[in-house]
Amino acid sequence: MFIDFFHYLRRRGLPVGVHEWLDLTSALGQGLAGESLAGFYELCRCLLVKREAHFDLFDQCFAEHFHGVEAPPALTDDLLNWLAKTPPPPNWSAEDLARLRSLDLEELRRRFAERLQEQKEQHDGGSHWIGTGGTSPFGHSGAHPSGIRVGGDSQRRSAVQVASERRFRPLRGDQVLDSRQFSLALRRLRLLERTGGELELDIEASIAATAKNCGDVELCWRPPRRNTVKLLLLMDIGGSMTPHALLCEQLFTAAKSLRHFKAMEVYFFHNCVYDELVRAGDQHATVSTLEVLNSVDATWHLMVVGDALMNPYELTHAGGRIDFYSHNAEPGLVWLKRIRERLPRGVWLNPESPEAWDATSVRMVRQVFREMYPLTVDGLTAAIASLGH
Amino acid sequence: MGFRGTASYIASKELSHAVDVAVALGRPLLIRGEPGTGKTLLAKAVAEALDLELLVWHVKSTAKAQEGLYVYDTVQRLNDSRFGEGDVRDISRYIKLGPLGKAFAAPRRTVVLIDEIDKADPEFPNDLLHELDAMSFDIVETGVTVTARERPVVIISSNAEKELPDAFLRRCVFHFIAFPDQQQMAEIVRVHHPGLEGELLAQCLRRFYWLRDLPELRKRPSTSELVDWISALLHGGISREQLEKELPFAGVLLKRETDMLQLRRTTTPGGPAAPRRW
Repeated sequence: MFIDFFHYLRRRGLPVGVHEWLDLTSALGQGLAGESLAGFYELCRCLLVKREAHFDLFDQCFAEHFHGVEAPPALTDDLLNWLAKTPPPPNWSAEDLARLRSLDLEELRRRFAERLQEQKEQHDGGSHWIGTGGTSPFGHSGAHPSGIRVGGDSQRRSAVQVASERRFRPLRGDQVLDSRQFSLALRRLRLLERTGGELELDIEASIAATAKNCGDVELCWRPPRRNTVKLLLLMDIGGSMTPHALLCEQLFTAAKSLRHFKAMEVYFFHNCVYDELVRAGDQHATVSTLEVLNSVDATWHLMVVGDALMNPYELTHAGGRIDFYSHNAEPGLVWLKRIRERLPRGVWLNPESPEAWDATSVRMVRQVFREMYPLTVDGLTAAIASLGH
Repeated sequence: MGFRGTASYIASKELSHAVDVAVALGRPLLIRGEPGTGKTLLAKAVAEALDLELLVWHVKSTAKAQEGLYVYDTVQRLNDSRFGEGDVRDISRYIKLGPLGKAFAAPRRTVVLIDEIDKADPEFPNDLLHELDAMSFDIVETGVTVTARERPVVIISSNAEKELPDAFLRRCVFHFIAFPDQQQMAEIVRVHHPGLEGELLAQCLRRFYWLRDLPELRKRPSTSELVDWISALLHGGISREQLEKELPFAGVLLKRETDMLQLRRTTTPGGPAAPRRW
């Protein structure tokens, strides 16, 4: 059942598997969808979608796949409350009943829609409005030979309408901008090793030693696991990065507030790395790039954050630097290559979306930094994964 | 047996539906949501509504999956062998069942809440997979197999901090508790403050949602903070007019210094702060 929908969801990138599908089929068999499209929508969502980041995608797929499906006309809560009461006792004569005429389905649907529009109060025992215990074709516990039974789950809006509202768009992992989420992604950057520091009790070794000692307690010690990742963060604060200032600040805050790294250094540059960098936190302290490179080695991890957008001759020409008062003796590309050689474990994070990476300067930078990722939570996670974590 | 919330817990229609589906299919129910949206209270409400006993397992960052099933208290046994009395050879005296183990061993159906499962090691949920599927586990030391007579209703809450493994997610029914809208929030507040006047409640909610929508808030106020704030306002005898002009007791809603500064910046009549220099 609904195999087309299943394949459609998979094509659109939702990780739905056969097990979830079998669960859905079994749930449908038990009648858990309620008798409405809204109930089916909720059932599908709770069985097929397992991360709120996928809710928006699911909503889109559902709205598109079931677009135009004729949902029953919307029933208001008032109407359902009127119908909840028990009907009055019937008092029809045989002639009354004989006069009732069966209506066909199209006619019924049309009249039902009309009644829903017009009805403003409770009616029971009658022959025209939606109510209980009468001869009208709409309601329940009446005597009409055909008709539409009303009474059950309320349904304020159709499921397709609800799905197309896209209430869960802010939860998508590819669009979230929050420093806490950056913190969590950065925490994945870890290399736990037991080296140095105060020792902690090694329980397994202690038990083994005690057992060897015939029960005389003997304690063994070992160093605790510590994160040994050292991170060098270089951030572009040139003019073209101003629209991304908030995003970079969040990443910066996230990295700074984490006491998760063994060592972390942050430096700023303008457009491209040249012979001088500005140390973060101290706006006017410039440090020579060579000094920075000498203080790190291949065990350090490197993250460069920048849009890599600049005039290509900043990369290719000596003196191409945009800053009028400083003259760089070597072109930007030379510096980038130098950094890359010194720190092979590096990634470049670009706040511009991948569509904008076609510019000449970006392509040139990508030849040196092959691992360029977008500056989103997903991008950062992928970047860290590419570093082997 | 439909779940519709209880007198003290307002459940949205989608949440009730998800609970019904999880109970009918015998799958664990995974609840995620912002902190303070009532994930832990849900389990209590479900236990109340279905009239079942509630067993809670508060997962810590050092928790191991085995601890939820049972713990073999070796240290006690070692101690008893040297200083205590009683038959130390009977290992079953030193087997203590954890919350999940107790649920399996219980004669009646129970509700088990595994609270904040994402706090533990990333591999933790995977370690529970087999037991959750088969509803039984072996106690290796005594050779006893504990099988659940009645499949317990398992509710798992997660703070949306860490990603959970796929194999684990596959087995669960998932629900995300979205932050309540104004109408639902009004109902929730009325449960805690039944005598609250309608106008004041509406004004409080307006201010609360305005605060939540402020840009650049590091930690947005949650439902429980709103309830506490209204208690503070009632105690302090704050009137509706005062509430319109300022936001008293903001410290009950905002817990971070940067957020308080942000609030002050927005409400100061002097205009926005000077733009920051890079």
